[in-house]
Amino acid sequence: MEMRKDYFADVRQDGLHEIGQARPRLDSPGHVTGKTAYFADRNFPGMLHLKMVRSPHHHARIRSIDTSEADKHPGVVRVLTAKDVPHNVYTILILIQVGPEDETVLADGKVRWKGEAVVAVLAETERAAQEGAAKVKVDYEFLPAVFDMEEALKPGAPLVNEYHGQNYYLYDSGECRKVRFGDVDAGFAQADHILEQSYQSSPIEHAPTETTGCVVAPEGNDRFTCYTNTQAMFFTLDNTSIILQMPGSKLHFVGGTVGGGFGGKVDVIVEPIAILGAKLTGRPVSFVYTREEEMQISSPRAAEMVVIKDGVMKDGRIVARKVTGYTDAGAYSRHSPYGTQKGAAHYPGPYTIPNVWIDTYCVYTNRTPSSAMRGFGVTIGDFALEVQMDKLARLIGMDPLEFRFINAYRDGDMKAHRQPTEGAALIECMQEASRVANWPVAGKYMAMSSYKKGA
Amino acid sequence: MAKVPVEFTLNGSEKAEFIESGTTLLHALRDKIGDTSPKGGCHQGTCGACSVIIDGELRLSCLTLAETCNGADIKTTAGLAKGGVLHPLQRAFLDAFATQCGFCTPGMMMAAKVLLDRTPNPSRDDVVEALSGNICRCTGYEPIIQAVLLTARANSQNAA
Amino acid sequence: MPLALQTFPTVKDANATLQAAGTRYLGGGTLVIRAANEGDVSTSSLVRVTDPGLSQIAVAGGKVRLGASVTMAAIASHPELAAIAPAARAVGGPAIRNMATVGGNLFAPAPYGDFAVALLALDATVVTEDGETPVETFLAVRDTSRAIVTAVGFSLPTAESFRFLKVSRVKPKGVSVLSIAALLEMAADGTVASVRIAMGCMADRPIRALAAEKGLLGRKLTPQGIAPALAAAAEGTAPITDPIASAWYRAEVLPVYLGRLLLN
Repeated sequence: MEMRKDYFADVRQDGLHEIGQARPRLDSPGHVTGKTAYFADRNFPGMLHLKMVRSPHHHARIRSIDTSEADKHPGVVRVLTAKDVPHNVYTILILIQVGPEDETVLADGKVRWKGEAVVAVLAETERAAQEGAAKVKVDYEFLPAVFDMEEALKPGAPLVNEYHGQNYYLYDSGECRKVRFGDVDAGFAQADHILEQSYQSSPIEHAPTETTGCVVAPEGNDRFTCYTNTQAMFFTLDNTSIILQMPGSKLHFVGGTVGGGFGGKVDVIVEPIAILGAKLTGRPVSFVYTREEEMQISSPRAAEMVVIKDGVMKDGRIVARKVTGYTDAGAYSRHSPYGTQKGAAHYPGPYTIPNVWIDTYCVYTNRTPSSAMRGFGVTIGDFALEVQMDKLARLIGMDPLEFRFINAYRDGDMKAHRQPTEGAALIECMQEASRVANWPVAGKYMAMSSYKKGA
Repeated sequence: MAKVPVEFTLNGSEKAEFIESGTTLLHALRDKIGDTSPKGGCHQGTCGACSVIIDGELRLSCLTLAETCNGADIKTTAGLAKGGVLHPLQRAFLDAFATQCGFCTPGMMMAAKVLLDRTPNPSRDDVVEALSGNICRCTGYEPIIQAVLLTARANSQNAA
Repeated sequence: MPLALQTFPTVKDANATLQAAGTRYLGGGTLVIRAANEGDVSTSSLVRVTDPGLSQIAVAGGKVRLGASVTMAAIASHPELAAIAPAARAVGGPAIRNMATVGGNLFAPAPYGDFAVALLALDATVVTEDGETPVETFLAVRDTSRAIVTAVGFSLPTAESFRFLKVSRVKPKGVSVLSIAALLEMAADGTVASVRIAMGCMADRPIRALAAEKGLLGRKLTPQGIAPALAAAAEGTAPITDPIASAWYRAEVLPVYLGRLLLN
């Protein structure tokens, strides 16, 4: 690895003890000896296995649930339905006052996506739990489903989630998150060229090697220890406390060791129902997703649609940018209202543009609820923005890297969402990229600085 | 439930257990015998996290029934270190930063060990092929490939 | 009912037990244990046979006989089977190849079963206690077949006459977008004298490319010569749609890869 010391030389410190040194990872010795304890490495005598009966339909009313055959199945210890869950309707961001509560732990009267949890079966063995789950009878009445965000936003579209009342998240700013900066219409009026393009992405599954799950042990003093691979320990503990109407002091979460997460393990899905099972049976409970559940049931990165309209001058300056972003939350909010908001703040990208208009919508469809994944809310936006930047450069016949130098944000620039830029390093990154990729740019760009002095 | 006896050698020590018929070797090792170094990532034979060495051959313990292993010699990552001294592969995985979340690591090392036992000086292609049944979602594989090549180089230098 | 395994020394003993409902034969485990792990509770009883004869490879007089328990790894490393080794190496990763068997591959649903594609091109014979069946007939009725497969037999092709190609998105080990096997005999004038082509993923099980075969007879293996065969390649196919590729994509790329296989 090469350390380039000429960038930001005025603020560099070379007397650092850790930065720039190879240091052994503290967790590696456990990994290479197989001694690292993941949640599933805990095994308790008498442990029950939880399997979920899931909706085979994208959108349906539940007429009735019959668990009598499952109750009687050999090895089945307990069958849980919505009425067993103390606070069944929840939403995870309620912890930061982002409501309404819109999701059921176990479906109550309706399912809104294919794979939604309906009935939990606890049994002596995984096999008995699977067999018991196969004996649960659910009578569904199909409802029309909507899978496309544009369709979902049209008048007369099937209503996905009654807790919202419309197929989009209602922010305090209205039907979308809005950023307004300068006068975008005036910007387009002065532009030499206008380019409007739309970009789409599909949901992306994190596919961690270790599937989502937890092991719960009742401690005998009315406390429960939950060994979990959540990426959000206290967030999960607090939400579990709400769902189970149980003080947090009764819950002891053990975790931090995660066999790959990438954002896919920040929802609160397995812990509340497993702890409830342990509470109602007095037995340890294991609830581990199968690989198929991990791929089909766990939240993916949201599908997005991004429409970008830019006004650009022949000399390379972008003078107006209007972005309309749509985030497919699936049937429930989870982290998507937040991801959508992050998108609004992230546009127009790392570029200084005088006139900006941003609308971002969080849309509900009958698809698998989406949630966090590595830079959710901004990653797909960056893909769209950078493809748009290449197209703009081509449109005005300019080198795409030089085009980015002209528009790059620098320290002191006001961003569209009214945060002044500080600590920018885009210019320097592009200078280094130009050098190592052997993609030369004009000398004036190599002389630029994020400090603006050199410009 | 019908219990059946199984007896095999695990990392050099003899094990005898009564298990339910139809139990996978992965569950028998983890839940009965207490060797949790093989991991269950997919239970479909796709991820390789459960890889063990049975009679010198790489196998997937999630798709192997324990009762078919009677009399077998089974090796897992838990048995790699001897007397507190790390196996060269373990050392190389540390030095090459070949672990991140660590979940694939025990399976990777089993696949690598079988390769190096048979091919002490593998090419990069040999290593890629040998690890091709093991999925890592964190590293992008390159540090793992480097760790295996590093082990082979260290072994050949020690031999010289 | 919990899953239970019954072990028999001979195929004859096991065949009777296999007739019971909910019973499946356990080969390498890569299909039946996988299904049980994923929650398929329709199977409650597994049957296996320990007869060492099932693991034997016999090559004599240009004829090959592979016991049903022979693994992909055993075929891939056998010195006399180099011509068909690429098809065995196309299956899974190293651990899967140490487990997956010839017999099991005949039952693997698409996108799996790459080796069975090779067996179909080789016009192999499937052996059970009831007798011998051409592999093409066997594949068509495999869902209702209850007799344990004991072996497959075929004439060993030369390396020049047998071609195999597996297309996958991940290298070196990936699930098939499609696989193609071809057995080609050339006439002295450089035209195709006889040909059998089999395809994987172009239906729920390996199928022949009959129209392409017909289009190749008497033609030279040149871009012009094979053009009619490529144009007809997708005839009679019903490609699968799965997370690897759509039926549309598979049909679109089939002629491209068949062309590469033939011109190679």
